[in-house]
Amino acid sequence: MTLREIMDLLQAEVISGHEHLDIEIDFAGGSDLMSDVLAFGKPGLLLLTGLSNAQSVRTANIIDAKAVVYVRGKKPDAAGIELAREVGIPLLSTKYMMYTACGLLYKQGVPGVSGSSIEE
Amino acid sequence: MCDEHVLSQEFEIKGGDFSNAGKASTSIKEILREIGIDSSIMVRVCIAAYESEMNVVMYARRATLTLSVSPKMLNLRLEDEGQGIADIPKAMQEGFSTATNEMREMGFGAGMGLPNIKKNADHLEISSTPGKGTSLDLTFFLNKDREK
Repeated sequence: MTLREIMDLLQAEVISGHEHLDIEIDFAGGSDLMSDVLAFGKPGLLLLTGLSNAQSVRTANIIDAKAVVYVRGKKPDAAGIELAREVGIPLLSTKYMMYTACGLLYKQGVPGVSGSSIEE
Repeated sequence: MCDEHVLSQEFEIKGGDFSNAGKASTSIKEILREIGIDSSIMVRVCIAAYESEMNVVMYARRATLTLSVSPKMLNLRLEDEGQGIADIPKAMQEGFSTATNEMREMGFGAGMGLPNIKKNADHLEISSTPGKGTSLDLTFFLNKDREK
């Protein structure tokens, strides 16, 4: 699924990175806890989060995430947006809550991060 | 402990400076990408660096983080000045944390830092003097499979 299709599905607004909307997203994960994202995240992740400070973008960059979707209408602060532009990570914002946003993506066939303990 | 260094760089980290937290790790990522470090190793190094950096921002007064790269290995050495860790085995347990609400609002402080650092490094040495500070020495092997 492309990020553009995800944008349509989640009726999301693009905060930055319009030029990256055609990238392919293979899997996603949602968390407000950046320590967890650092523990489960894998390169290529689409991160869904309700954490809107710059650490969400830093964390995404550190794990080589492809994009970040903020849930519940949240938007990152100015420092986060600036960093996202610097490192080339597109940022989207959806009004859906975390559970619903993740559910919509999963229903469309976007899997979670492989290798979680339940799958082993 | 390393072969001849091909690269060595120091980063200063300030305790309590939440707005700049993670900058050193972001710079480290750029450096590693420029010198062509394998991306899976790069992500492990960056996660360990970032968790270390957050620990300093959250708990210490200041620290120096030194990145050294040789042909065979990469080393991250963190020396901080701060409260230190009274019980290292406890701090290495997932879920143990002394974080404040401010730290948790940043998305950290869940007691995952040191366990996550250990998981990502090939070798970890940690020592601490309560009231003085903590030093952390992390090694990542570049030319062979992980030894875990």
